[in-house]
Amino acid sequence: MGDAIVNVSAWIEGLLLGTGLSEPWVSFIMTVISAFVIAFIPVVIVIFLVWGYRKASARMQGRLGPNSSGTWAGPGGIVQTFADAIKMLTKEDIRPAGVDVIPYNIAPILIFFIALVVWAVIPFGPGTVIGVDLNIGIFYIMAFSSAALFGVLMAGWSSNNKYATVSAFRSVALLISYEIPQLLSVLVVVMVAGSMSMQDIVGAQRSVMYLIALPLPAVIFLIASLAEVNARPFELLEAESELVAGYQTEYSGMKFGMYYLAEFINSVAVGAIFSTLFLGGWQGPFVDAAPILGTVWIFAKITLMTMLWMFIQITLPRLRIDQILNFNWKFLVPLALANLCVISIVNKLINAQASDWTRAGILLLTNIAIALVAWTLVALGGRQKRRQYEAELEVVA
Amino acid sequence: MLEQFTFIGVFLLVTLFISCAMVGLSWVLRPKRPDPRKSEIYECGLEPHGTPWFQFKAQYYIFALVFLVFDVEAVFLFPWAKAYSLIPLYAVIEGVLFILLLAVALIYVWRKGLLEWM
Repeated sequence: MGDAIVNVSAWIEGLLLGTGLSEPWVSFIMTVISAFVIAFIPVVIVIFLVWGYRKASARMQGRLGPNSSGTWAGPGGIVQTFADAIKMLTKEDIRPAGVDVIPYNIAPILIFFIALVVWAVIPFGPGTVIGVDLNIGIFYIMAFSSAALFGVLMAGWSSNNKYATVSAFRSVALLISYEIPQLLSVLVVVMVAGSMSMQDIVGAQRSVMYLIALPLPAVIFLIASLAEVNARPFELLEAESELVAGYQTEYSGMKFGMYYLAEFINSVAVGAIFSTLFLGGWQGPFVDAAPILGTVWIFAKITLMTMLWMFIQITLPRLRIDQILNFNWKFLVPLALANLCVISIVNKLINAQASDWTRAGILLLTNIAIALVAWTLVALGGRQKRRQYEAELEVVA
Repeated sequence: MLEQFTFIGVFLLVTLFISCAMVGLSWVLRPKRPDPRKSEIYECGLEPHGTPWFQFKAQYYIFALVFLVFDVEAVFLFPWAKAYSLIPLYAVIEGVLFILLLAVALIYVWRKGLLEWM
């Protein structure tokens, strides 16, 4: 167990028992405290992430990021985010004329709520240090994260703004489409790990992480999740040059700030879920000797994934909606389906006594074979299309 | 089990409280100076014209229908994937056949040309 965290929680529990409260009340208060701690982890991460993101995007685009905050410049402008937060809180909240009041006000709360809810089942260390190890962990995550769609739809539709409405429709098409490859690749992991609990999935990657055994589902999951959190190549919901600010156009003040925060929290959550499913979660060298290292490892992996997200988000241009949907329905979904079918049969044929490395090797080879077949099909299809196009050109000439 | 779901219940309440508290805090702190000009809908600097609650493309509906096929499939496949290590090979192949049957739906939609963005 993560000794330091366990010690702190034991100390608080002792303190509460010392006040003469009865046992059930103490355990209830401990639950509430731990719930608050987990809910604040993403918020604290995001405060620094916003700053880091702005710095990194500035560096990648050859300009200066936030480097001072008014009269008092923190090191590297670190107080900028706090200044922004205070500004957001004290801004006037303009409610435009003719909006549908109830969905308009519920939408930002719903989106922020869902962004936080996902964090309850992420395992931050060996054993359940904080949070909870639900036996349907990954199912819980998928179920709640798809509910964010309602928030986007409510916001877009209720805003009484044409850009917001178009954005809401686009978001429905994009989010529901990319949910399918995401679900199908999660199914592969659940199948191979034999459990939906996040701790069990981490435990199943004791010797080999699933990124090595199942690289194809990992890549599909990553692409689909990036689309789900509205990262740049798939950024249709608020394509600035086309839709002003998408479904957020009519929001101001803290309600806008909540969308902004939720987007960052979701991006970090994708990093956390990906590290748990495919990078071995808190597993790493010396975890058995010092359990607290597990927490360090998972945060290192989350940081790595967040940096990858930043890199993709900052450098890639945006695609059109037909390109995005084509890529999903004609490439990702068939690939994920084929992958699920083949791996389920191959994995069953492997001898149950086979060591983890043999199993991982065979699964890896299967993945490579599927990828090669898919690549050949795509290349052949592309060649055919090119020939057709050239033939049409000749006819015109 | 019950303890775990108690935690989830408490956690949902806490996150809901935090989300509402953020809006509530800004409601307390913000200035309130409404103005008819200020509360106009944004429309590229022009006066708003017509309603945004119009009829929209039917294409979105088709994507939603195709999605529904696979989403229901996922609901059936999660128990199958969970029980995967316990079931014999023929049950796995039955699951694969189920997936392939639904893949036929995708092929049908594809051949009909409904996946083309019109």
